[in-house]
Amino acid sequence: MPRRGWLVRHRWLLLRRLAQLGLLAAFLAGPWFGVWILSGDLASSVLFDTLPLTDPLVLLQALVAGHGAQWAALSGGALVLLAYTVLGGRSYCAWVCPLSLVTDLAAGLRRWIGLGRGWQIRRQTRRLVLAAVLVASAASGTLVWEWINPITMLQRGILFGMGAGWALILAVFVFDLAVSAHGWCGHLCPVGAFYGLVGRVARVRVNAAARTHCTDCGDCFRICPEPQVIAPALKPASPDASPVILDGDCLNCGRCLDVCEEDVFTFGTRHATVPLRGPGNDHHARDTLRSPVLDQGPPDHDR
Amino acid sequence: MSTAGRRQFIGQCVGLLGSGGIMAALLATATRLAEALPAWALRPPGALPEDDFSAACLRCGLCVRACPFDILHLAHIDDGVTLGTPYFVARQRACEMCVDIPCAVSCPTDALTVPKAGIGAARMGLARMTGPDTCYSINGTAQCGACYLACPIKDAAITMAPRRAGARLYFEPTVNAAHCTGCGKCEQACVTREASIKVLPIGLARHDRHGVSRRGAG
Repeated sequence: MPRRGWLVRHRWLLLRRLAQLGLLAAFLAGPWFGVWILSGDLASSVLFDTLPLTDPLVLLQALVAGHGAQWAALSGGALVLLAYTVLGGRSYCAWVCPLSLVTDLAAGLRRWIGLGRGWQIRRQTRRLVLAAVLVASAASGTLVWEWINPITMLQRGILFGMGAGWALILAVFVFDLAVSAHGWCGHLCPVGAFYGLVGRVARVRVNAAARTHCTDCGDCFRICPEPQVIAPALKPASPDASPVILDGDCLNCGRCLDVCEEDVFTFGTRHATVPLRGPGNDHHARDTLRSPVLDQGPPDHDR
Repeated sequence: MSTAGRRQFIGQCVGLLGSGGIMAALLATATRLAEALPAWALRPPGALPEDDFSAACLRCGLCVRACPFDILHLAHIDDGVTLGTPYFVARQRACEMCVDIPCAVSCPTDALTVPKAGIGAARMGLARMTGPDTCYSINGTAQCGACYLACPIKDAAITMAPRRAGARLYFEPTVNAAHCTGCGKCEQACVTREASIKVLPIGLARHDRHGVSRRGAG
């Protein structure tokens, strides 16, 4: 049995759901209640009737297609891009994207049924799709990904009416459930690929600060949608290697922080180069972890 | 690098470029094929010509939110209009021709731009008498004039032109392309089951695909 309570083991998941649903609520408060917090949708919006915000990838498609070089779109795109270079590129996927509610449900069901990872397409494929989308947008002079993008389709559907768009969302769900674990987000989605590139320079990163406390239980690897990003930080070849998860594909979803019974992981900046120890960070040290409450019995990892 | 290694590297590059290229070609073709603006769907005022519009429109719906009359829709995947782009159906609810054009003002790109000469210079389409045989005024069912009365710039965009057919005198609703903005008020007001006067895309209305540039009008 886990030693920590359910809330502690799901704290980041709950915060994420709160952020995702809160964002939808901020968009819906206008049309439903006349309280205009955000107007528009994820592609482009206006905050409190003043601040323009634009999805950088939608804008990039418009720019290569020969449009979109207007002040509102450019400044809005720059602002959003700046935010994600601080908060972590694929934080978008974990904290904002409404489709991840659907794909996380599929992934959770797969875990519950015990379906394993299924057919695994190469993770590089999404970057190829991204390149193809931008080339195709430039060649055809239109926003190619917005023809099929299930993320914007889902959000637009919730905000403006869905029509038959549910079919595509269902298709993504079935693909992730029946064919490939994290198949859409982890392998095909060019939006995730784009934010993954942003993530390579992003400030906020997960830090395996207390990696020396790792008991090799594998919980983090099992829950992580991009497990390949953990190993370099948690199980480095050299003990001096950075404990920070520097891979841009990390979503900053915080599920590893949730599930780790040893509190190995924490959020920090990408510049934390050595495992954080010492007086300022002693909450990571084993002696504080071993509080009287936790010392009631030997840790049991048969979960 | 060994010869085998080099071969493998080049092979991978070719494979990557090939599959990426095929994907790009398929995406570009499919997207262009999926783009559509049926004659019954009209763009908001100040829209770029259709080819450019689909590249400039971010599908954000700010124009939909800005419209004080809730006239605009964002296209669903099964609407037959380019996915996510704004349109309105004149027969359901015509454009009210706001003087300040809030939809165009709200657009973050140049997909919609406020015409310099104001809403009167907007060209959402062009009204055409598509059913002269069903039009009550023309076929003599009644002295109707609903389209004329509904027109926000009546006597300029629509006039009721006196005509004679044998002994019969009647008035023919006549659209003046120099003034018609394509707001659709006439089509919405038409009393016949199928509207006898309809706003058509400019090219279609003029029987000349390249006749009028909507960009120039915008």
